[in-house]
Amino acid sequence: MVNLGVELSGLKLDNPIIPASGTFGYGHDFAELYDINILGSFSFKGTTKYARFGNPTPRIAECESGMINSVGLQNPGVDSVISDELPLLKKYFNKKVIANVGGFSIDEYVYTCEKLDYEEQVGIIEVNISCPNVHGGGMSFGTNASDAAKVTESVKKVTTKPVYIKLSPNVTDITEIAKACESAGADGISLINTLLGMRINLNKKRPVIANKMGGFSGKAIFPIALRMVYQVYEAVSVPIMGMGGVSCAEDVIEMMLAGATAVQIGAANLIDPYVCRDIINNLPDTMKKYDIQSLNKIIGGAH
Amino acid sequence: MYQGIYEIIENIKIANDVYKMTLKGNTDAISRPGQFINIKLTGKYLRRPISIFDYDEKTITIIYKVVGSGTKQLSQMKSGKLDILTGLGNGYSISEGTKNVLVVGGGVGIPPLYNLSKKLLLSQKNVIAILGFNTKEDVFCEKEFSMLGVHTYVTTVDGSYGIKGFVTDALSGLDFDEFYTCGPEPMLKALYNATNVSGQFSFEERMGCGFGACMGCSCKTKYGNKRICKDGPILRKEEIIW
Repeated sequence: MVNLGVELSGLKLDNPIIPASGTFGYGHDFAELYDINILGSFSFKGTTKYARFGNPTPRIAECESGMINSVGLQNPGVDSVISDELPLLKKYFNKKVIANVGGFSIDEYVYTCEKLDYEEQVGIIEVNISCPNVHGGGMSFGTNASDAAKVTESVKKVTTKPVYIKLSPNVTDITEIAKACESAGADGISLINTLLGMRINLNKKRPVIANKMGGFSGKAIFPIALRMVYQVYEAVSVPIMGMGGVSCAEDVIEMMLAGATAVQIGAANLIDPYVCRDIINNLPDTMKKYDIQSLNKIIGGAH
Repeated sequence: MYQGIYEIIENIKIANDVYKMTLKGNTDAISRPGQFINIKLTGKYLRRPISIFDYDEKTITIIYKVVGSGTKQLSQMKSGKLDILTGLGNGYSISEGTKNVLVVGGGVGIPPLYNLSKKLLLSQKNVIAILGFNTKEDVFCEKEFSMLGVHTYVTTVDGSYGIKGFVTDALSGLDFDEFYTCGPEPMLKALYNATNVSGQFSFEERMGCGFGACMGCSCKTKYGNKRICKDGPILRKEEIIW
């Protein structure tokens, strides 16, 4: 009997599989497809202080082994998430959820995190300082160590829940940002968000994406994500949620060997809606194949 | 929504760059005309969403146009199996209380109107169709609509077949108390402006997932933000913001 359980800052998970923010909504669309209680947890749609429509369309582009999105943090706003989405989720998800929070100023991050601090369904707050699709905020906090530290410190003051900072790969040295967040009190690090990318329509000779650029995700980015998780694991001692192009049980094990305690699945959910269920089902056999008894024991095993 | 493996039974060219493919497999998830399927293709990351032309207990038929490398690849498949998500989108709803209805399609916007016309006829409605194309070589499905017992008008922009002009040029003299449409957005907008009865419009947008998860295809409506793939692709005339 293999053991899939892991623990993130005191939150015990049945398995390390967590659908990533922005690919799983608030869980409703997937709960129609399978019992989402099989998941370790899931990170809900990036939520901001105010409701947002996001960027103009088209905001999706096809790439080789991946995709670009420029959704731009479309969400109903934190008040509506608390009054509508979470109560609805409670009907079919009896585990703790990870609250993904976006913002355009430190005050906005603080406001949203403070509100979510009162929600017992929320197990971890994941602060997104790395959205490449919004101007004047988002990624700009995640590309500067002192700004990243400021957001971390400010958010930590208003919540007792574990705070994970979600980092951008669009930086020269991700370990520097990770260390700054850890020093500022982060309970853990999530990485990586999408890579800034673009495509041009040859017929129109214009960018495919209305916002010109967007976040590149999918299978193609897995080696980059894995490398960064490996680097950050050596730089910090807090737990890591690893993500970026993870599509199968083997990828999950690689991520954990690189240093991830839990593994988020993003774009793969959009292509194969049952992928998280399938990965959870495939993990025991894959573990046996590689002579792994307990996932908890392989974290950082490649170092 | 249902994810399954479907077998290609037939894949034939029916007009300029336009193909008709019949697939065998589970159709339980399809509940309304105007819904679509999302096809996984080898070597392509995103699935390709294509509207349903017709379906029965065991088969789904689609009509699609080759517009890029994905649809080109699809057009070259003569047999084999495909991983497909079926029963996506809200679909058209057959209104009660209307008698004379018009269906208007432009190019590859025409296919979903076929199964819709069948359902409208089953609901004892009189159905008129306007099928719009650019030129004679593009025309398809005229006979299929006529065979159903639908009074069918064809328009071509260059006048090489049927009525010369756009679908709106075929409207005069037609008596209808509701309409259903699918086609390029300028056509939808022209129809919106040229009619004074209620209607249902099928919209298109670049999609990520096709089942509501990614918010890639959102649009604004008078009743709030909607996802074209899940809350649409059909929007009612009253809620559309151009």
